[in-house]
Amino acid sequence: MLLGDEAIAQAGIDAGMSGIYAYPGTPSTEITEYVIHSREAKAKGIRAGWSANEKTAMEAALGMSYAGKRAMVCMKHVGLNVAADAFVNAAITGANGGLIVVAADDPSMHSSQNEQDSRFFGKFAMMPIMEPSSQQEAYDMVHEAFDLSEKFRIPVLMRITTRLAHSRAGVQPRAKREQNPVQIPSDPRQFILLPANARRNYKKLLANQVSFESDAGASAFNQYIDGEDTSRGIIACGLAYNYLMENFPSRVVGHPVLKIGQYPVPPALIHRIYEQCDSLLVLEDGYPIMEELIRGYLNLGKPIHGRLDGSIPRDGELDPNNVGAALGIHHQEGRPVPSLVVPRPPSLCKGCPHIYSYQSLNDALNTYSKGRVFSDIGCYTLGALQPFDAINTCVDMGASITMAKGAADAGFRPAVAVIGDSTFTHSGITGLIDAVNDRSPITVLILDNGTTAMTGGQDSMATGRIEAICEGCGVEKDHIHVINPIQKYHEENMAIMKREIEYEGVSVIIPRRECLVTVASRIRSQKTENTEA
Amino acid sequence: MKKDIILAGVGGQGILSIAATIGMAAVRKGLYMKQAEVHGMSQRGGDVQSNLRLSDEPIASDLIPRGGVDLILSVEPMEALRYLPMLSPNGWLITNTAPHINIPNYPDLEALKEEIAHQPRHVMLDADQIARDMEARRSANIIMLGAASPFLCLEPQELEASIAQIFQRKGQEVVDQNIAAFRKGREIALEQEGMQDI
Ligand SMILES: Cc1ncc(C[n+]2csc(CCOP(=O)(O)OP(=O)(O)O)c2C)c(N)n1
Ligand code: SF4
Repeated sequence: MLLGDEAIAQAGIDAGMSGIYAYPGTPSTEITEYVIHSREAKAKGIRAGWSANEKTAMEAALGMSYAGKRAMVCMKHVGLNVAADAFVNAAITGANGGLIVVAADDPSMHSSQNEQDSRFFGKFAMMPIMEPSSQQEAYDMVHEAFDLSEKFRIPVLMRITTRLAHSRAGVQPRAKREQNPVQIPSDPRQFILLPANARRNYKKLLANQVSFESDAGASAFNQYIDGEDTSRGIIACGLAYNYLMENFPSRVVGHPVLKIGQYPVPPALIHRIYEQCDSLLVLEDGYPIMEELIRGYLNLGKPIHGRLDGSIPRDGELDPNNVGAALGIHHQEGRPVPSLVVPRPPSLCKGCPHIYSYQSLNDALNTYSKGRVFSDIGCYTLGALQPFDAINTCVDMGASITMAKGAADAGFRPAVAVIGDSTFTHSGITGLIDAVNDRSPITVLILDNGTTAMTGGQDSMATGRIEAICEGCGVEKDHIHVINPIQKYHEENMAIMKREIEYEGVSVIIPRRECLVTVASRIRSQKTENTEA
Repeated sequence: MKKDIILAGVGGQGILSIAATIGMAAVRKGLYMKQAEVHGMSQRGGDVQSNLRLSDEPIASDLIPRGGVDLILSVEPMEALRYLPMLSPNGWLITNTAPHINIPNYPDLEALKEEIAHQPRHVMLDADQIARDMEARRSANIIMLGAASPFLCLEPQELEASIAQIFQRKGQEVVDQNIAAFRKGREIALEQEGMQDI
């Protein structure tokens, strides 16, 4: 029984992958974690581990592909924004060894800032895209995607969503394949994107689109299932197919159905169902990408139903209920939730070091008006909730330092940035250099709990080196402080914060105490080691 | 034959270990299974649930349609009620009554119990207290699994085999403790329902 994420990981191991690169992010994290903990992967010498951010991960995977080996890079959807420069240009260079980019989307924003659809990025980069409907398909697609990638020398995007990533089902493995030998590209100019080469490569990419389409047309992942009732045809992408079938216990829909799992979808397939049916219903998780393409700007053809005409809600993930409703099948709701049930939002663990950082910061700022704390993404974002109410922004990883700088440049004093240690190495360092160069009067709190806690405690990239990095970026030594965020040092910590907030330059305060969950799991694994030894 | 189950609780209460135990027994019996889990943000002390589907035929969706749930198994009383719209009219609500209070506006426990007692088919027990009485503090979830076991399509022996497999690493004493906890939970549920064990 494997999670969708784990099926992808095991498939990578079985398909001769030589390395996996990633920055953690829900719901993609478990792919890389699986390979890191796999004995088989270790025995096969598969490189597995975390990178500083998605861009460095993407580039390292591309480097492995350059060397002729199969590589995978995994990230959550917003991670693809960070990796975008490398990602889009990797379509222009093309791959050498098979290269798969896994982007895990989070429709309904269970753990994310937005619900962007990575298929858009794939289309933008003009890469083939795979979108599985089941754990088994996820497993099979990794094998096929590596082959496709090597056949056309192109990276392949694999798009999954939270429900597939975090759902378990049985998976049948395929025969295992050996890893590739090291072999650099046969064309020495392939990876040198000087304009002359880039133009040539780009023309090749454009010409290849037809081949990508015909490959998708012949793919078993795209299936046409006939049906008698042609008043409506149904196009179901990825997981949407399961929600469709759930509404037909006999598993016979009765309408023609086009199940899509590989893009770009050849026009002939769409044409067939469009011609055969009086109207179409398009089911896709995320954005109405296929729907918009088929409908066109002016929507002058046959009726096309989906998210754009309200048959399916415009936002949020698909489920058996909203897909059923679009088909006129209604699932009777059970009894209502009693009114005494109240929401239970996530919260910081009891005794979490972040709590004490925020208590001291709130007190240090209490003589100023509100709205001064630019924060970032991690467990510490929960400082936005009661009883702390301690932060005023959370946008994208790294934005705390740079937004505080911009506000300070506008004359807003004091401006404070709060960022976690992992977020700092992900994309806070460059912003700190900007602030130092401008001597922007900001105070940066780097909350160092020694881990990437929000996503389950992966190693943080600069544990033990944060002060040195800040100094190296040019922050004055006298204005770098390490404090212990704990109740008994509250007064002392608050005094340091107050002093640095008044300083007319860049200062860094590092509240350092290990995440409680990490401490507990370290003790637990030490215990089992002891009993096993 | 199908069983659609919602496991409910609060992030950190370990509902996934219950899911794993049931899943192991189901797979051994040759059933199809799908299980949607919750990872990420809400694991930080928020409400969490898992959709667990068992069937002797292939399962389409990872998510259970609303009103289609056969059994809600909750390790916390308020969380048990959160998923009522998912429960089928003749579905079971099996819940622990020991509250996990990590919010300031947690409702009155007696009112919660009354609400649960109003549900046509329910079993409730204070698994935390029972675990303390048995001097097996960490076995409350296994007691709850025992309480749900008469309503699953799995034999108690199959579930006990999974429990043994899962706790094996921790030694025979822990295995025995958890099997005793499982049997206790099952016994209480059968008693409440006036059922005879098979
Ligand atoms: C571009 C991007 N990548 C990944 C994530 C997922 N993510 C959110 S917070 C976080 C880690 C935060 O770690 P840290 O800054 O150390 O804070 P902590 O949770 O430990 O308090 C990650 C990986 C994201 N939101 N955006
Ligand atoms: S997981 Fe760690 S960092 Fe996150 S709230 Fe708990 S103690 Fe704090």
